[in-house]
Parts: sequence; structure tokens; C-alpha cells
Amino acid sequence: MNIMHFISKILLPPLLDGLGVTLRLIVFAIPFGYICGIFIAVGRVYGNKLVSFFCTLYTLFFRGTPLLVQLFILYYGLPSVNIFLSPFAAAIIGFILCSGAYHSEYIRGSIQSIKSGQMMAAEALGMTKFTAILSIILPQALRRSIPGCSNEIIYLVKYSSLAFMVTCVELTGAGKIIASRYFEYTLVFLVVGAFYLFMVSVITKILHSLEKKLEIPGIG
Amino acid sequence: MMRENIMLIYQTYPYLINGSIITIGLVCGALGLGFALGVPMAVGQVYGNKFISGVISLYVWFFRGLPVLVLLFLFYFGLFTLIQLNLSAFTSAILVLGLRSAAYQSQIFRGSIKSIGEGQMLAALSLGMKKYTAIFNIILPQALRISIPGWSNEYAILLKDSAITYAIGVMEILTRANFVATRTYQPMPVYFLAGIIFIILTYGGVKLLNILENKVKTPGYGEER
Amino acid sequence: MSKLSKNAKAILRVENICKCYNTNEILRGISFEIKKGETKVIIGPSGSGKSTLLRCINQLTIPDKGSIWLEDEEVTQHMKDINRFRQKIGMVFQDFNLFDHLNALRNVEIALIKVKKMDKKEAQEKAIEELRRVGLEKQAHLYPAQLSGGQKQRVSIARALAMDPIVMLFDEPTSALDPELIGEVLEVIKNLAMGGMTMIVVTHEMGFARSVANEIIFIEEGKIIDQGTPHKLFTNPDHERTRKFICKIAELYGETANNK
Repeated sequence: MNIMHFISKILLPPLLDGLGVTLRLIVFAIPFGYICGIFIAVGRVYGNKLVSFFCTLYTLFFRGTPLLVQLFILYYGLPSVNIFLSPFAAAIIGFILCSGAYHSEYIRGSIQSIKSGQMMAAEALGMTKFTAILSIILPQALRRSIPGCSNEIIYLVKYSSLAFMVTCVELTGAGKIIASRYFEYTLVFLVVGAFYLFMVSVITKILHSLEKKLEIPGIG
Repeated sequence: MMRENIMLIYQTYPYLINGSIITIGLVCGALGLGFALGVPMAVGQVYGNKFISGVISLYVWFFRGLPVLVLLFLFYFGLFTLIQLNLSAFTSAILVLGLRSAAYQSQIFRGSIKSIGEGQMLAALSLGMKKYTAIFNIILPQALRISIPGWSNEYAILLKDSAITYAIGVMEILTRANFVATRTYQPMPVYFLAGIIFIILTYGGVKLLNILENKVKTPGYGEER
Repeated sequence: MSKLSKNAKAILRVENICKCYNTNEILRGISFEIKKGETKVIIGPSGSGKSTLLRCINQLTIPDKGSIWLEDEEVTQHMKDINRFRQKIGMVFQDFNLFDHLNALRNVEIALIKVKKMDKKEAQEKAIEELRRVGLEKQAHLYPAQLSGGQKQRVSIARALAMDPIVMLFDEPTSALDPELIGEVLEVIKNLAMGGMTMIVVTHEMGFARSVANEIIFIEEGKIIDQGTPHKLFTNPDHERTRKFICKIAELYGETANNK
């Protein structure tokens, strides 16, 4: 069978479908994961003893266990307590929770690197802790954590492939199905790989220009 | 219900613990392969000519750009079969994870090498050392020490990626947990047990590497007068 | 002052060294020579190319034009063999550049073992001897991070001396030191000069220059403006720029040009 024919007529259509699923996965998981990270980080640094403890435990669990184990718990484990998630839902929730833990570490580090004098100055001016965190600390901390968080976003784009392990057919899954049917593993996965390389390059460029745009003049 | 769960855990944990031996073997093999390739690659990128560092950059781009799952499928089902290499899933996994880890480790070492001041190389050359001697005896001993934190991060990542080898049938912790879960219809306690084992391995390993870092630290480093 | 034979041949000859970085001409045809046992001090404003000149001598920087001759052998034509020449030329850096992961003793030993291929015992004995010469044999087991600036520089001098060089190059050896530590290093360098070592020292320490140099060379903007004995340059230089520079430095360092 002609390679070009195989690629265009047989391989690409399902791959593009799978790509659609992948894009839907990451478009949801990236922003919500980041927001989750912000909450966990703020909770850990500024929360009371209970909140801080919970956030620390959360981070310990989600960074200490593989993403795949978390996905399995969500998809194969929860039904035994009568919670039934679709493959897509399980994947998204897993990505958000896991990614959130990693983001929270970068953001927490940035928050702690901002001198405590800033918080003192804000409170001396009469701001509540809440306002100070929102208007003074976070704008700086979020900018400083961009390199680390960008890294995590790129990881998510790649680890979205694990959704297939809980039967959500995204790009990698679509490839595996075609590859096993036609025994063309090398060709199929080189094409799948090319898709990921392209996505990663594009997203890296976008994040880079975002970083440049948000730079605070004079810092770094 | 609770008693059932505890009984289950009690019965199955030896099976899972044995899986962790496979996991540790995977991780050590991949980490070692990554180190053996990563150090020369880092040296090649910093001190090599344009062609060498170009080739290495290409390798790094490829192995860092592809998801682990895709790499495993590509090599185990695809390339190895193509060149008639009949390796077990376990060996293939070590190879693939190791090649990928080399890409990441090379960047860690590259950063460390570059952070060592140019003056060290100048001093070595001025004493008559060849570039190769200087890299081996002066630059690398320092670079490797500074790399330990980054390296322990890589260990943690590899440990968690080892679970993905479930997809090609390696009998590591998660594969075994799944095996037990599907047969006993009690997924939650088993998966949580697997999770706990992973947590212990991850944080335990990082702690050990921390102790190593303190042991090989150059006396006085970081507390200069 | 060391004994000088009028007929002694030059140990080191520098001929018409030129070096450009991008469009900056750092060195524009520097030529001079130095005989065995002489001490030449190079002075001049920052950016005049003094450090670059020293690095051209042992080819850490490759000059664009010109040649270097060591004991009548051309260094610039023998790049493949450059390590042989570098063993004979000792260099001391402004930033010490000690090997941070090795203690003082190992710092001095390592080139003996790796370059001269001495055996460990011999190398260790020589290293202790050199450390004793600079007054630091008690600190042999300390690491660079545990030493003061003056001690670090003295170790780096010992490290260079251990190779038994025929000429020593000092690139602003005291510029990175706190004032109270400068004296101990200058003391060591003075003793070396008294002992007959051939040396080129780039420095701002005018008092030192006056008491140790056989000749002072003033370089500005990549060219030799003036050279002569300390007495001549400090009391009656040929060029106005020399006088201006020496006055400025003398003011900064608390001496006047007319002091003896």
C-alpha cells in the first residue's frame, strides 16, 4: 500500500479527530489547573493551620504519585463508591488536580521569594490581607513563576496522552488503534510524534512571547 | 467494609512490594543510562563544535518533545520490531526511559557546567593542562556536585513515569495493582496502596540524594566569608 | 635588586602583538622583551589591553598578528604543542581562579600529577614545599571557600610556582583584595623578584612598582606610550600622558609622584 495514500486517507482522519479531543483536553485543563495551583499556593502560604495542612497534604499526594495512578483512581476506582466519570471527565479532573499541585509549588516559591516587607507596607497602608495578596503579592509572584509554570503547561500537553489509558481516545489513542489494525506502528507513531513536536513548539513560542510581554521592567 | 479493605491490603501488599523491585530496577537502569549518555552530551554541547552540538540539540528536542507513551509505543511496537530487536518489555522500557532521561539530564549538566566560571578553565589551561584533562578533573567534578538537586528532580520524574510502562506490559507496581483490582473488584484500597508505595519511593529517594549532596559538598561552599 | 648581565639573552620576546575584538582594537602592535631575572611592571588605564596582552603571551587569547618567543622558540607557531610552553609560563589571575573543589594542597599538586606526570608522593612533597614558600603550609588542608582573599592568592602563586616556570605573569594580583590583605601578597611577589625570578606584573600598586621593577612600561589604548626605569618614569617621563596617569594613580593610592 502506498505510504502517502495510507497517511492521507487512512491515518490522518482519525488522528485529526484525536487531535480535536487532545485540544479540548488541554484547553480546559491548562487554565483550570493553573487557577487550582494559585488557590493551593495561597492556601498553603497564607491560610490558617488547617487549610495550610490540607494544601500541603494535597501537594504531597499529587506530586508524589504518578499521574496515571491518579487517573486510574478516578476512572476505575471511583465507581466502587458509586461515582461514575466518563473517560473525558476523569482525564480532565485528573489533569487539573495534578497540574494544580505542580503549579502550586512554583507559585509558592515565587510568593515566598517576594520580600515580606511588601506585605507589611501593604498592611501599613490599611489594606486587608486579602487585598494585599490580590493586588500586591500575586501580580509579582505570578510573573516570577512564569518560567516554571510554562514548563508545567508543556508537560501537560505531552501527558495528555495518558487520557488514552482511561479509554479516552485522544491523539495517541487514535494512533494506537490504527497502528494495531494495520501493523504500521513505526510510521503511525512517527506521524503522531510529529504532531506533538509541532504542538509543543507552537505552545513554547506562545508562552515565550507571553513572558516577554509581562516582564516587569528592570527585574532580571 | 473497612475490615475487608485492610485484609485485602494485607494480602496483596507483598505482591505490590515485589512490583516495586521491578520499578526500582527500571528507574535505576534508566537513570544510569541517562547519566552515561547525558554527561558526554552536555560536554559536547558546551565544548564541542557546531555540528556536534547541533546533533545533540536535535536529539534533545526529539526526546523531550515526545510524550513518554508515544516513545514507548514507537520504540517497543515499532522500531525494535522493525530492526528485529527482540527485547523484553522491561529492557525496552529501560532503554526508552534512559534515552529520554539522557536528553533531560544533559540539560541539567549543561547548566551546571556553564555556571562554573570561565576562570577555572583558564587557570587549568595556564598550568599546561589539555582541554580534555581540564574538563575531566576540574570542571566535571564541580559541575556534577551542583547538579545533584536537578538530578534528584529527574529521579522523582522517572519514578512516576515508570508507571506508564504499564502500557507495554511491564510488571511494575501499577500493572500489578491493576491486576489485583480487576480480580478482587476492590480498586480503591489497592490503588491507594500503590500510591503510598510511590510516595515512599519518591520522597525517600529524594531524601537519600539530599544526604548524598551534603556528604560530597565541598567544605565551606556557599558560606564564603 | 637582582643581578643583570648586559649580555643576557631575552627569555621572552613579544613582537608586534595586535588583537581586535569585533571593531575594538585592543592591542595595536605591542613589542618588548625581558631578560632573565628582570621584573617588568606594566601600568595603564583600565581597558588599555594589559590583561589581554598577558593572555596573548601564553596563548589563552590568540593574537591576530605578531609573535611571541620563549627562549628563542616561537610560541605562536606551535599551537599543537602549546601545553609545553604553558608549563614554562606561570600565570596568576586577578580573581585567583583556584579550583574550588580541591583543597590548597591538591590545588598545587594537581598540575604536577596530571601535566608533569609526577608520582603522587613526589608531587605532594613539592606542593608542601611551595606552600611553605608562600607561608601557607598550615592551611594545606583548607578549601578555597575557607581561605581569605590574600591566602587564596598566595595559594594560586604557589600553584603556578610548583610548575617551575621560567617566567611568571601576574595579572593585577592584588586588585581583588581588601586593602589589609594586599601587603602579604606583595611581600611574596617581592621575594620572588629578589630571588631572581623573571616576571611581568600588571598592577596599580605604584610603591611596589617603584621598589621592585627594573623597568616600567606604560600602555594606553593598546600602544606602549612610555617605558623606562622607575626613577625615570616617576620623576621625569618623556610623555605628558605618562606623567598625568602616574599623578592620578598616586593621588588615588595616597602617594605623590615626588615621594621617594
